[in-house]
Amino acid sequence: MSPAKTTTVNTAHSVVEPSARSKRIAGTLVIVYALVTMLPLAWIFLTSIKSPPDSISYPPKILFTPSIEGYCNLFTTRTRQTPEYIASLPAPDGVCDAVTRQRNMVIAGPSNFLPRFTNSLIIAFGSTFLAVGLGTLAAYGFSRFKVPMADDLLFFILSTRMMPPIAVAIPIYLMYRQLGLSDTALGMMLLYTAVNVSLAVWLLKGFIDEIPREYEEAAMIDGYSRLQAFRKVVLPQATTGIAATAIFCLIFAWNEYAFASLLTSGSAQTAPPFIPTIIGEGGQDWPAVAAGTTIFLVPILVFTILLRKQLLRGITFGAVRK
Amino acid sequence: MAEIRVEHLRKAFGEFVAVQDSSFTVEDGEFLALLGPSGCGKTTTLRMIAGLELPTGGAIRLGGEDVTYKRASERDIAFVFQLFALYPHMNVRKNIGFPLLAQGVPKAEIKARVEETARLLQIDHILDRPVSGLAGGDRQRVALGRAIVRRPMCFLMDEPLGTLDAEFREVMVRELRELHNRIHATTVYVTHDQIEAMAMADKIAVMNHGVIEQFGTPQEIYDRPASMYVADFIGSPPMNFIRFTAGLQKGARAARIGAAEVEMPELRRDVAPGALALGVRPEHVRFSESSPLRGAIYGSEYLGTNQIVTVEIEGGLVRARLPAEHSYRIGEPVGLTFKSQRLSLFDAGSGRVIPSVLHEGALRQEARHG
Repeated sequence: MSPAKTTTVNTAHSVVEPSARSKRIAGTLVIVYALVTMLPLAWIFLTSIKSPPDSISYPPKILFTPSIEGYCNLFTTRTRQTPEYIASLPAPDGVCDAVTRQRNMVIAGPSNFLPRFTNSLIIAFGSTFLAVGLGTLAAYGFSRFKVPMADDLLFFILSTRMMPPIAVAIPIYLMYRQLGLSDTALGMMLLYTAVNVSLAVWLLKGFIDEIPREYEEAAMIDGYSRLQAFRKVVLPQATTGIAATAIFCLIFAWNEYAFASLLTSGSAQTAPPFIPTIIGEGGQDWPAVAAGTTIFLVPILVFTILLRKQLLRGITFGAVRK
Repeated sequence: MAEIRVEHLRKAFGEFVAVQDSSFTVEDGEFLALLGPSGCGKTTTLRMIAGLELPTGGAIRLGGEDVTYKRASERDIAFVFQLFALYPHMNVRKNIGFPLLAQGVPKAEIKARVEETARLLQIDHILDRPVSGLAGGDRQRVALGRAIVRRPMCFLMDEPLGTLDAEFREVMVRELRELHNRIHATTVYVTHDQIEAMAMADKIAVMNHGVIEQFGTPQEIYDRPASMYVADFIGSPPMNFIRFTAGLQKGARAARIGAAEVEMPELRRDVAPGALALGVRPEHVRFSESSPLRGAIYGSEYLGTNQIVTVEIEGGLVRARLPAEHSYRIGEPVGLTFKSQRLSLFDAGSGRVIPSVLHEGALRQEARHG
């Protein structure tokens, strides 16, 4: 993690500097842990590029010929045809067409994966944007103003997160049906925003508390209104915290399964409840499921890699003072 | 530039009264130091003048205009914070230009004025550097630049040298005073450091427990302290207090302390019998074998050019600032004399000074500032 400080004094019992042996042990532990956590991901990716027979062979195949079939099956629906009919067709149009025909099938049309994936993107990023936006304003308010019963309010906000989603799913389902929000992207976005705002307020309050008030006071004396001071002086300094909070909110909204499977079924369905349904289409198509999962992991991976520095600081905030 | 009038200013935080009934005037172009220990209300007073805190009572006038309840942004003042509060996401140029941006000054003029200010403060070579890597003195200069670039009605500074190391502080004290001499800006400067206040200010207001104990020039405050608190706070080492009990008449020119008759400035009022304290600055103490006021050497500190010799007498310990040549043995008996016309007499109960010839100038001063 942090670059080890090289000191001229190098006693065996140095309190500050860990010994070479303990560093080796720590390094080994980290590598073992990384392998354990990475293995399922690696397995998913490998399964996604196996052919269906390879994916279910026992003992599992470590060496195999990679196949694009899983991804083809993920994005398409197919119908079985007689070999005579397939032979009568013109030359295959693209790789997927060719792969599908080898299984005595033809592509009938696109699958629902792409619209479901798009739903996930819209709902997750939309709710993250809303939660972080509202959370920043609320956190700033709690941090800077004397809010009556601030502690109680903050606890109340946090308490919304203590409830298991399943406990409120039925009431929300009924309310959403009345309001016409069930199975809509807007409904899901509002729901995830409501859940994430509590996290956002708490995380961001910590970050904003760390920004000295003097900056805003200086800006207000320099002739800016409080809102301008907030925008021009506080926000730029809170970017680290906002980025970290955004990742946490996005991860929740992206992975959320319970509400999504209960409240969406058709047009607003997100990827998490959709991916398991792939299994049913035309036998146990594990490569297609793995392909869906792999693609599902990509956006969060990219977002996290882009903001990894902020995320690290976000996790350790409070513990490490800059 | 403008004068600042503070009238019966009061600030309470719940039960705690931070500032009570403070009144003073900073004249146009004057440099006032608000001096006192931490928690005495000096920063609160400054923040009320700035508009960062609203007073519980009283009024604040800037250049004749009542600004008591106006927003900070509407007051046309500049504030230098203790930790400078340089915007970390902007470079030096943007930091200094930030107040002008708020006023809608055209870009070309902002550039010109920022550069002019930077030249004045000799920081034109670091204009495009980020503020995070700057040394303490340069941060200080950038903070000053941000304050003077807008040519405000007055400058308010909250212990701006507090975080600098001692050596550099002296340099900045000189720089600040030179800057003040050049631009003649009305300035209120908060500090707990008497040396800073004495070196820079035209006037000093000594504060304690939310009350202004004394308002006057550095000389008045040093030579004619209005209370034992001020006498003790200013000066290093502080004023000696020789405690005794007596009743004195108006016109008295001496008091009996133990066996000795000690001369002092002619009193201007009667003093009922009670506990008194004679205030003597260490530099006004001399040793004289013939003096009836006797004591014994208690200890000494060698300071190079002079030494501080502590003598134990009947009313307590007296510290004397003496030439460094002679060295004294602990326990050695000595006689003390004082520079009689420079002594202050205090009512030891209330801590207030008893007016004498010495105070006539200062009292007039006090009356003027009400």
